[in-house]
Amino acid sequence: MAALIDKLEHQTARAICGRRNNKPDALIEILHEVQGEEGYLSDEALRTIADALNISRAEIHGVVSFYHDFRRTAAAGKIIKLCRAEACQAVGSEELAAYAEKKLKIKTGDAPSDGSVALEAVYCLGNCALGPAALVDDNLYGRLTSERLDALVDKLENAERR
Amino acid sequence: MSKKHTIYVPCDAAALSVGADETAAAIASEAKKRGVEINLIRNGSRGMLWLEPLIEIETPKGRIAYGPVEADDVASLFDGEFLNGGKHKLSHGLTEDIPFFAKQERLTFARCGVIDPLDLKAYEALGGLEGLKNALTMAPADIVETVTQSGLRGRGGAGFPTGIKWKTALEQESAEKYICCNADEGDSGTFADRMLMEGDPFSLLEGMVIAGRGVGATKGYIYVRSEYPHAIKTLRQAIATFHSEEYLGDRIGGSDTSFDIEVRVGAGAYICGEETSMLESIEGKRGQIKVKPPIPAINGLFNKPTIVNNVLTLAATPLILAKGADFYKNYGVGRSRGTQPFQLGGDIARGGLVEKAFGVTLKELIEDFGGGTRSGKPIRATQVGGPLGAYIPNTELDVAMDYEALAGQGAMLGHGGVVIFNDTVNMAKQARFAMAFCEIESCGKCTPCRIGAVRGKETIDKILAGDDRAKNLEILDDLCDLMTEASLCAMGGLTPMPVQSAVKHFPEDFGG
Repeated sequence: MAALIDKLEHQTARAICGRRNNKPDALIEILHEVQGEEGYLSDEALRTIADALNISRAEIHGVVSFYHDFRRTAAAGKIIKLCRAEACQAVGSEELAAYAEKKLKIKTGDAPSDGSVALEAVYCLGNCALGPAALVDDNLYGRLTSERLDALVDKLENAERR
Repeated sequence: MSKKHTIYVPCDAAALSVGADETAAAIASEAKKRGVEINLIRNGSRGMLWLEPLIEIETPKGRIAYGPVEADDVASLFDGEFLNGGKHKLSHGLTEDIPFFAKQERLTFARCGVIDPLDLKAYEALGGLEGLKNALTMAPADIVETVTQSGLRGRGGAGFPTGIKWKTALEQESAEKYICCNADEGDSGTFADRMLMEGDPFSLLEGMVIAGRGVGATKGYIYVRSEYPHAIKTLRQAIATFHSEEYLGDRIGGSDTSFDIEVRVGAGAYICGEETSMLESIEGKRGQIKVKPPIPAINGLFNKPTIVNNVLTLAATPLILAKGADFYKNYGVGRSRGTQPFQLGGDIARGGLVEKAFGVTLKELIEDFGGGTRSGKPIRATQVGGPLGAYIPNTELDVAMDYEALAGQGAMLGHGGVVIFNDTVNMAKQARFAMAFCEIESCGKCTPCRIGAVRGKETIDKILAGDDRAKNLEILDDLCDLMTEASLCAMGGLTPMPVQSAVKHFPEDFGG
């Protein structure tokens, strides 16, 4: 029994909660940090957080499922978050997205299984005069064209290979 | 005797997005290669985004601008007269004489692009902290009265008189009160908050401490969307500096005001830009709308009196407390006092930030400042106020950019975003996107929004397929009226605005 409980304990998540004094209002900050460490939010992490903050797993599920940033499965490779909102639409983001999907052989929002580059839609990156725009981790890209996208994908694929 | 040249390269995210870091590295390496001593300062952006990376060199005449300067252009700059601010194919003369910049009235953005955002001494040298120092000698009621007299209205989009909001919170008896800065700038076409947080973060912090003293709050939160990693990082550094210089903490400046600020990061939900949704998010919950009343000023974060104000609203207050209410009030028209940072984006030749007193027309913004489209194609539609704003046809561009004038035209100022669409735009697709976006971002609480958005999208699809057009256009109009009147918040309540404006002004795209 003890071994099973140990298996369910997520030490990193427990520590992250502890650093925020296990305050329930810090849940979103905690989820960001755990996801930052592991790349996603596992069952064990969420159970441990529920226990540490003394809130129900149902409530945590409610929060995790509400916000677009949180993922329940690991992202295999790098993700290009392409802006699909109005200002970028006005300078061709939809055509660029179609080009990217064709090039990467995936649909926006799909999780490729082989660790290759994935594509997600975001709605505004605050780069509205220099669109089309994209975000990869914390790096912002503007004035995207199919050529610049090709170069970006090359760079990301090479980084993954290393 | 070698001269040290001061060169500015912005670290604003928009500038970085087009290579500013590479440009800075190239400048440093080129200078080293040629034995030239430089003082490289990473400033905020001047907001002339079509010229980014816009670099400036300090000369006896002032700062001379060059842009857009990519890494590959740097060698040719050094080959020429750049170090003396001389002519080059990328030079624009004195930065502040560039017409786009010179014709503005920079109050809130006075320091943005001028200084290193995290240099507190530079901030102070340009008038920073004067407002706070005044406020620390004033009674809270007098601070609130000053803000009321200035005519400042919420710059997030609702335009509610800031002084009245602060007065309500001040009048509440509570040991715990909060100042929550809404930095969830999710509207497409807007980036003023981001630019300010990255380019002049101290002005926001100063405004929050002033607000704290004004209403009796000791804790502030800045809720920043997760799509703004650079702003988040810069704010955290600015807060650390404010702490070490004791402008945050206990008994600030020896007064009885204690204040602390915490950054909270959003998680990809547009709806968390709505104030009650934002407060729920800060409490670690789903970003669901809460019914008002009670209003947050009476019962808000953790059920305590809470001021929710936009970044620009709070950042305007240091100037008001420094120079007085009349100084700010003397800009503007009618009931729209002060200045508004407009943001020009989309297919625009000269995109960027234009801070002007209220009263400038949309046409002036698009043509005089913006220079028309970037693509060279004719403008077909202009969306003002973000994704929940109306699409304005070319025949109505003479409208003055103030709260009342735009409302009178069935449009909305919102957060001041102006997005240009050229003649390749399909307005029925834009209307469909408005409904689709509502569906994606709806908090789900109220039926008109949660279900209305889905049905709206389906109905537009039927219209586009030529399926009983007239009847479905009627259904769409009826649905829009219902969503406007019955939604719990502006997400469902204003989604009809872009839809109905598209149908009204561009019927040909709907098969009419």
